[in-house]
Amino acid sequence: MNGTHPPPELPFREETEAPDIPWQVTARMFYANKAAVLGLIGFTVIAVVGLFGPAILQADPFDIVGAPLTGPGEPRPMGTDYLGRDVLAGMIHGTRPTLMMAVTATGFAVLIGISIGALAGFYGGRLDNLLMRITEFFQVLPPLVFAMVIVAIFGASFVIVILAIGVTTWTDLARLTRAEVLKIKEREFVMAARAIGMRNRPLIVGVLLPNALPPLVIAVTLQVGFTIIYEAALSFLGLTDPEIMTWGRMIGLSRDFFFEAWWSVTFPGLAILFTTLCIALVGDGLNDALNPRLRGR
Amino acid sequence: MPAVTGKPPVLEVDGLCVDFAVRRKQVRVLSDISFTVGRGETLGIIGESGCGKSMTALALLRMIPSPPGRITAGRVLLDGEDLIQVPEKRIRAIRGGEISMVFQEPMTSLNPVYTIGNQIAETIRRHKGISGAAAWKEAVDLLDMVHIPAPERRVHEYPHHLSGGMRQRVMIAMALACEPTVLLADEPTTALDVTVQAQIFDLLREIQEVHGTCIVLITHDFGAVSEMADRVLVMYAGHKVEEGTLDEISGEPRHPYTQGLLRSMPEIVDDPADIRERLPEIPGTVPDLLRGLEGCPFAPRCPSAMPKCRDRPGYTRLGDHRSVKCWLASEGTGDRVGS
Amino acid sequence: MTKRHLLAVDDLHVHYRLARPHLFGARPTLRAVDGVSLSVERGRTLGLVGESGCGKTTLGLAVLRLVEPTGGTVTFDGMELRSLGAEALLDVRRRMQIIFQDPYSSLNPRQNAGDIVRSPLDVQRVGSPSEREERVAELFSLVGLRPNQRNLFPHQFSGGQRQRISIARALALNPDLIVCDEPVSALDVAIQAQILNLLGELQEDLHLTFVFISHDLAVVQHICDEIAVMYLGVLVEKASRRTLFRSPRHPYTRALLSAVPARRASRRTERIRLEGDIPSPINIPPGCRFHTRCAYAQDRCRVEVPELVEKAPGHWEACHFETSPRAG
Repeated sequence: MNGTHPPPELPFREETEAPDIPWQVTARMFYANKAAVLGLIGFTVIAVVGLFGPAILQADPFDIVGAPLTGPGEPRPMGTDYLGRDVLAGMIHGTRPTLMMAVTATGFAVLIGISIGALAGFYGGRLDNLLMRITEFFQVLPPLVFAMVIVAIFGASFVIVILAIGVTTWTDLARLTRAEVLKIKEREFVMAARAIGMRNRPLIVGVLLPNALPPLVIAVTLQVGFTIIYEAALSFLGLTDPEIMTWGRMIGLSRDFFFEAWWSVTFPGLAILFTTLCIALVGDGLNDALNPRLRGR
Repeated sequence: MPAVTGKPPVLEVDGLCVDFAVRRKQVRVLSDISFTVGRGETLGIIGESGCGKSMTALALLRMIPSPPGRITAGRVLLDGEDLIQVPEKRIRAIRGGEISMVFQEPMTSLNPVYTIGNQIAETIRRHKGISGAAAWKEAVDLLDMVHIPAPERRVHEYPHHLSGGMRQRVMIAMALACEPTVLLADEPTTALDVTVQAQIFDLLREIQEVHGTCIVLITHDFGAVSEMADRVLVMYAGHKVEEGTLDEISGEPRHPYTQGLLRSMPEIVDDPADIRERLPEIPGTVPDLLRGLEGCPFAPRCPSAMPKCRDRPGYTRLGDHRSVKCWLASEGTGDRVGS
Repeated sequence: MTKRHLLAVDDLHVHYRLARPHLFGARPTLRAVDGVSLSVERGRTLGLVGESGCGKTTLGLAVLRLVEPTGGTVTFDGMELRSLGAEALLDVRRRMQIIFQDPYSSLNPRQNAGDIVRSPLDVQRVGSPSEREERVAELFSLVGLRPNQRNLFPHQFSGGQRQRISIARALALNPDLIVCDEPVSALDVAIQAQILNLLGELQEDLHLTFVFISHDLAVVQHICDEIAVMYLGVLVEKASRRTLFRSPRHPYTRALLSAVPARRASRRTERIRLEGDIPSPINIPPGCRFHTRCAYAQDRCRVEVPELVEKAPGHWEACHFETSPRAG
């Protein structure tokens, strides 16, 4: 018997099982996490309110509809603020700008942060040094003060506020991306991609960044929640567009009347709390679902 | 070669079974493993990755992660004491005391933020309850025993100052801190270069001669087994497929898996041929335990498989400490490796 | 270098400048490869043997210019690689490929097997998309993977299967030279034989030239035609397989050979035990680099660097002494 028989047809493990597609595994892990699913449901509800709410409740949130500082009851379930504006209308009409603000400002920060982090991590050397010094420069500035300066110079329009938030919050993402790229760069499949003649740009965009994604996804979800609170802080200081109602703005405007009319501050505050909580839960769920060590259980 | 029989076994493992709960299924990762190790003896456990050899070592110390793992049957007798039954407190004393372990990766097994002296002295203090200064002195002696040059100076160094071979010596020193009766060495030389491997084997042999320690050497490398072991246990897919002395296993292996394994290894010869010969390979890959195994676990890859192999074979005893789990052996028609 | 040689490396150096140990310290230099010359004939396999840290992997990467050499030349099929510009280098990359040791980290976990094998074709824009798909199918069957495994991801394969994917990727562009960096070290013995046989078959069928890097002398003996033994960045011995194993000359080579555990007791003959570890490539000992661990070291070895010279036909050694070949 000196090995002349043909090798038997063997069922390999990877053929007998249904292919484990990574996103399916991720989805299964995510759905197994009750808190994350609740967070996702909550966020969907908020998004639906933001999308369709203004069409259903067509009241203008800036209209004065009743006596100032009326408590919750018929016909205004959330009462009115110090000018007699409907808090519920403000809540519903404020949803879309608040979410848009949060998403676009975060997107802007992500764009800057990931580009700078990826370039610094990939090329290293002097470019890394330069970009990291720039990042540190932005990091040591108090972000709120910096954003205030930008808004003060360029005016408090919606776009400027988004840019101001983006410009002052990208540094953590840049550092995280750089650290991930530095780690992944050392892995052999990157060397293998270079060995087949892949140029630098496709290497960064097609190989390095997709592998750096899991921690970035988590960071970004957390960043969205952070941006909402950050915008609230700017509104609180009166540094946002006066034409647009956001939750943060509502709190900012009514802050002096908290003891007379708790409802005008508490409801938008709860909405912010609820949204950031939902996003944090989703982020946490993604964190677990994307962690390969927790897979296959 | 020391005599195999006649020594009272220090460690006796009898019918050990371990199950893992994976995706609501019970998966048997160790099936009916039995062996004994006598004083001053070395047992080599050899097999491919995933065959359960490391799991065996962990099960002996009740260190399998639980859940999902569970020891479902069997006894582990250390000088007559059943380690499966003893209370938690006793097994903690045994770990690192009577039985200690040396792992494959000396870098990750040592804590990088403490000096090596700290780590060894801590182990000694915990198990022997002696003062810090005395433990420190013993640490220096231990480093000397494992032939680390200038031990008085080395105790103050951190793991990253040491080379791989030196770190493995430190691990061995730590394992020896409480004069164990049994040393479980899980791939102790796999991460090391051949010349350093040889040094570590010399050291282990020396320690064994002086202290009469039993060594259970777990490895995928038959070279390491042939260097150290008196007896060998071959594992496949959680089963003990063959057991025998080193000469029996390397000279006349009876299980087709052992035969295939030995033949597939290139061996250094002093006078190689000019043409490259094809290595006899074992086709396919190890089975996935998740799918559950029926019959002989090796049958799908076995060149001598026959209809009967759909039923699981039992152990065929061929003598003292010599058994094969194969239908061929039970019929007495086992064909031998022709080399 | 003659026409027969596909690859010639001459006096190759790869030095790394490290960071300053402290503010006013000099920047130390790590000499990973420190003057290596060798050549490989077409269709043959050159083995590079040595312990970890001896520079064999760096040498392999420098040959492909995946790390930049700091001195010396690499000539591939008549072209001097170090003088090539970035674009010309990308073209040459088609003809030289690499297979890595660790099949777990050498495959992009986010690409499926088929896309991994296809990526060289996509990157180099070879053929039309449907032709690329055909080529992938062809490569799959060449390395013993099945067509229905095309859409599976690396983590669903065993180590041996992953190494087959690696090999298929390396073959995609029809290279002439493949650097195999410890391709079987991370695999189980039974699987090692499968991969070694596969590499052997592919070499014959496709007329490939291999540079085979390994620390495992048994594997090297099995697969290599020529063997170069490396120690601390330099070659200490170079010979054909037969010569090297029949009559190893250098004390280091002999120590390596005797350290390999023998399967049968009969081969356990002479034992040369090396003391200590390989010195750091930052702090290379003067004179013969091996003198700190050599049993035969004399005063001369501590000062004078031995050259790699041809001591017998086709048998090169870097030692001051006429070490008599081991009695057969």
